[in-house]
Order: sequence, then C-alpha cells, then structure tokens
Amino acid sequence: MTLELSAVMAARDVDVTFSVGPAETIALMGPNGAGKSSVLQALSGLVKPDAGHASLGGRSLFRSGADAAWLPPHERGIGSLAQEPLLFPHLNVLENVAFGPRSRGANKTAAAQKAWQWLAEVDAADLAGRKPAQLSGGQAQRVALARALATDPQLLLLDEPMAALDVNTAPFLRSLLKRVLAGRSAIIVTHDVLDALMLADRIIVMEQGRIVEMGPAATVLSHPRSAFAASLAGLNVLTGILHGSSVMTDDAGLVAGRLAGSMGGASQAGGMSEESPGRDATNALAAFPPSAVSVFLDPPQGSPRNCFAVHVTALEPQGDHIRVRAGRLAADISPAAVADLSLVPGDAVFFVVKAAEVVLYPA
Amino acid sequence: MPALAHPKLQGRTQQPWQFQAVPRWVFALAALGALFILLPLFGMVAKVNWAQFIPLITSESSLDALVLSLKTATASTALCLILGVPLALVLARAHFGGQRILRALILLPLVVPPVVGGLALLYTFGREGLIGRSLNVLGIDIAFSTTAVIMAQTFVALPFLVLSLEGSLRTAGQKYEAVAATLGARPSTVLRRITLPLVLPGLVSGAVLAFARSLGEFGATLTFAGSLQGVTRTLPLEIYLQREIDPDAAVALSFLLIAVALVVVSLAYRTPRSPLRTLVPRGAP
Repeated sequence: MTLELSAVMAARDVDVTFSVGPAETIALMGPNGAGKSSVLQALSGLVKPDAGHASLGGRSLFRSGADAAWLPPHERGIGSLAQEPLLFPHLNVLENVAFGPRSRGANKTAAAQKAWQWLAEVDAADLAGRKPAQLSGGQAQRVALARALATDPQLLLLDEPMAALDVNTAPFLRSLLKRVLAGRSAIIVTHDVLDALMLADRIIVMEQGRIVEMGPAATVLSHPRSAFAASLAGLNVLTGILHGSSVMTDDAGLVAGRLAGSMGGASQAGGMSEESPGRDATNALAAFPPSAVSVFLDPPQGSPRNCFAVHVTALEPQGDHIRVRAGRLAADISPAAVADLSLVPGDAVFFVVKAAEVVLYPA
Repeated sequence: MPALAHPKLQGRTQQPWQFQAVPRWVFALAALGALFILLPLFGMVAKVNWAQFIPLITSESSLDALVLSLKTATASTALCLILGVPLALVLARAHFGGQRILRALILLPLVVPPVVGGLALLYTFGREGLIGRSLNVLGIDIAFSTTAVIMAQTFVALPFLVLSLEGSLRTAGQKYEAVAATLGARPSTVLRRITLPLVLPGLVSGAVLAFARSLGEFGATLTFAGSLQGVTRTLPLEIYLQREIDPDAAVALSFLLIAVALVVVSLAYRTPRSPLRTLVPRGAP
C-alpha cells in the first residue's frame, strides 16, 4: 500500500508533503510542537486539513478543491497506537482486540478467533480474560498493538508508542514492533533515535510544521542537515555486517555489543546470534552514546572493550562536558579529563567503549 | 472472584490513618449541614401515627395516588432518557452556533418555579394554547390528563438528566471514541459499544435524579394537569390535599414517598464503585 499525503493545516501552521511506500516504515521526528501528531491526526481522519489530498493504496482519504471528498475515520483502514494504550476500560482484553473485527462486520466467532490469533502474536494470550485495569503498562500496550493489528490496517500510525513504558518493558515492545512492522506500511512518531534506527527505513524530520529533512535512517543520523537531526545525531552509529553479538563494521573493525531487544543476553538474542552466521549476512547498525566513550592516549591492555584508533578533529564545549569529535565518532568527557590528556585537534587517541554500552540493530 | 475484582475495596474497610487537609471546624459545619437535612426527616417520622399507618396508606385515594406517581414517574424517566441522551450528546460533542444559549435555555426549568413551568405548558399544549389549539381540532386534549402529568414531570426533570450526562460525557472525553473509529466502528456502533457504556454511571445517576424529581413534582403538575383522583392526582398532590383534611394521612404518605425515593436511590447507587453511594443516608428513616 502506498500512501501519498499533502496537507495544509493553517490553524496549526502545518504544511507537509510526503509518501510512504509499500511495506515501508517512516520515523517522523522533530521537536515538540513540530506538527507530527497533527499529521497523524489528519491521516486518521480526526482533523480535517484545510487543503491538500491524501490517498492510500489508490483510495482517496481526503481531497480539497472542486472535487472535495472526505473519508470518515472508520472507513480509512488506518490503525493507530498512541502513547497511552487507551484500551476500552469496560471490555476485557479479548473483547478489546475483537472490537475492530466485530465493528467491521465479522461475526462473534470469527472476531474472537482473530483476537486470539493476535493476542498470541503479541504474547498476551494469557491475559485474554483480564480487564485493562489489571494490566501493567507494557502488557496494555501490547494488547493495544494487537487490537490495532487485528483490523488488518493498510497503514499503521504509531505515536510515541514506547514513551510511557519503563526501560525494562520498552525493549520487548520494540522488538515486537520490529517483527510486526515488517512488510507493513507504518509511520512512527518518536523522540528515540534507537527506535528510528531499529524500526524505520526512512526518517522524516519536521520543524515548525514543515519537513526539513528526509532520508534513510542511517544517513539522516550520520549526516544530519537539520538542527533537530543534528541534536539527535550525537549518537555514534556504525554500519556493518552482524556476526553473533558483534558487528563487522565497514570502517572500524569488529564492534562487540548487545543485540537490541535483549536484556543482558536474554534467550531471544542468543537464538538470533547463533542462527545469524549460518544465514545470509545480516546488515546491522552498532550505536552507542558519546557519554559511554572514554578517551585514552595509549591502547588499554587486555580489556574486553571496543577500541577505536582515531584522530581528534574538534573539541566542542557542551554544557558541563566537552564533546571530542573524531571523524564520525564522538566522545563526551569532562573538561578536567581534556586538560589531563591535553587534547588538541589532530591528536591520535583511542576511543574506548564497553560492549555493554553498544546496542546492535539488525537492519 | 470479588477478592480478585476489587482489591482496592478490600483495603477500604481498614484504611490506615491518612493525612487530610480538612480543618476541624469544617467538620463541625458539615455536621450542622447534615443535621439540617436529617432532623426534619426525623421530626416527620416522629409524627407518624404508626397504629393507623397501614390503613392510612392503603386507602383508595392513597393507593391511586401512589400507583399514579410510580407509573408517571417511570414514564417520564423513560421520556427523559429518550430525549435527554441525544440532547446531552449534542451539547457535549457537537459544535454549532448558539450552543451556549441553547444549554442555558434547556437548563431553565432548574431555576424557574415549577408553577411557571406548568403555566408555560398550559399556554402551549392547553386547549387554548399555541399547539394545543391545533391538537384540539384533531380531537387530542392533553391538559388535565395523565399525559399532562408525564409532560409536566418530564419538563422539570429533563435538565437533571441532561446536566448529569453532559458532565459525564465531557469527563469521559473523546479519546476512546476516536480509537473505536480508527478500528472501523461506525458512529452508531461507537455510541452503543463505547460512549454509553463509559458514561453509564452518569446515565444511571441522571436517570435516578430525573425519577426522583418526577416523583416529587408538584407545582407544574397542579397547574398543567390539575388534581383528579386516579388521573392526575399524584402522591405530592394527594399529600397536599390531605394536609388540610387528615394530617395523619399526609404524614403517613410523606413517609411513604420518602421510603420509595430512598429505595430507588439506593438501588441505583448500589454499585460499590460509585462515589455517590455515601450520600445515601443509610437507615435514615
């Protein structure tokens, strides 16, 4: 399903044009108030753009002008998942998931069957009889995802689906999303670079209601052109081929890390890493924050850490720390450490980062 | 099952000490307020002639009035639901010019004396009224009939239901309705399966308020429907009539009216989750 969108919302000062290809996932990023949610609402049919047009798989969603048309939300076939799960509180989990199929005309048995199938898919079949109030945040969000998918949406809109989850539940949902988004058209609004890297094919950056940048996720984050992307792109990102729990990077050798979605070598990650070498080579990204990087003048001995030999290209004061840039990589260290090492641009140094701080994303 | 379903309620019986910011003198005034409501009830109960109670409330005129009151109050509550639910939905959800003025006008019966409401109904639906004149030509005569009683009660009770339900609808918000729509539910499906179940407590309390208000209606009924035994003389009208003739009967019927109201209100607020349950003075009579 291809989505074509061009929308102007004067009251919110939003004017965007973009398309989403079949089976493509777009990460819509940008500062608060950039108009990301307005775009999703226009697609859902919850707000009416002042001008523009949109079509999904050849069907017109809305159109302004002489032949103006408007498809109400319930006829659009666009599913959504927000920050809050918004499970209907008076229905149990199974009834919540069966609601969509039932509303689309499926009989009770067929709707329940579909609901069971999707509950199993999100690993929540054992919660079927519970009321939403009896679920944890992560469980509720998984059920909400099952509910959205049970209607077979042609396009899935995700508005910061992991923002309200704690750090222990977010990875599970992230890997779940990665699985179910494969082969689907989706737009995910997120502030999290890792979500964008792991889930999205392309990133669209919005600022003040306009699209300021658009491109493949790794490109936007490694060569940011907009202020917002640049602020996100503090993250170090290396691309390469997955080997077990390491990535053979294109230009920085073998980088050890932990697979995204795993918590300290959980079974799922182990399974994946053992299978991977036998299959076709898997492209992967290795990402780690500059704050996890230490800078040494000599290579550390006998350490299980990742070590990169680099040349310092710039020193940038950033708040209470100094960002040491070395080509594509960056390290955040204290001013005292900079003085200690008496760093100046051009110095040959070693960037060292623990494997535990590096997250690997099979692309 | 109950232990699993209401874990919070279990703790409520033995709640530990908790900080509260209510000054003590407020408790004193609150007690005074409660007494102000409850004392007159006790005063009336003390006046009930228990020896003659059963014969007093089972006299022909008393029973006629009781049955008529229950019938008409039920009918007007049903009418309030049929007309009030759409009205509340439109006021809470739609946006149109003059909406605020419409709301203010619809709530007018809350503040207008019922006797004025009765007169308004009379000059609209009465034999010489705006619409009544045409109806009269068709052989339909509303004023001074049981239909008039139901209309008078609906007129004064409708705002209670609308007000209560509109508040619930606004509190519930539209988030769940929007989700239901994106899941493919048509507007009527959303209303039936999401909106109404979510505001059910507000709907029930609104209907109870409307029923109670209908049961106690006096002024508009007397003005628009008159006081004809078995046809338009409801319990409050009967009480007012008996007050002159037989005070004992008036007190006994008043007690009966309070008992009926109490039963209805406590039945409706039986759900343990409703915060309004504490408002019912248990064992008050």
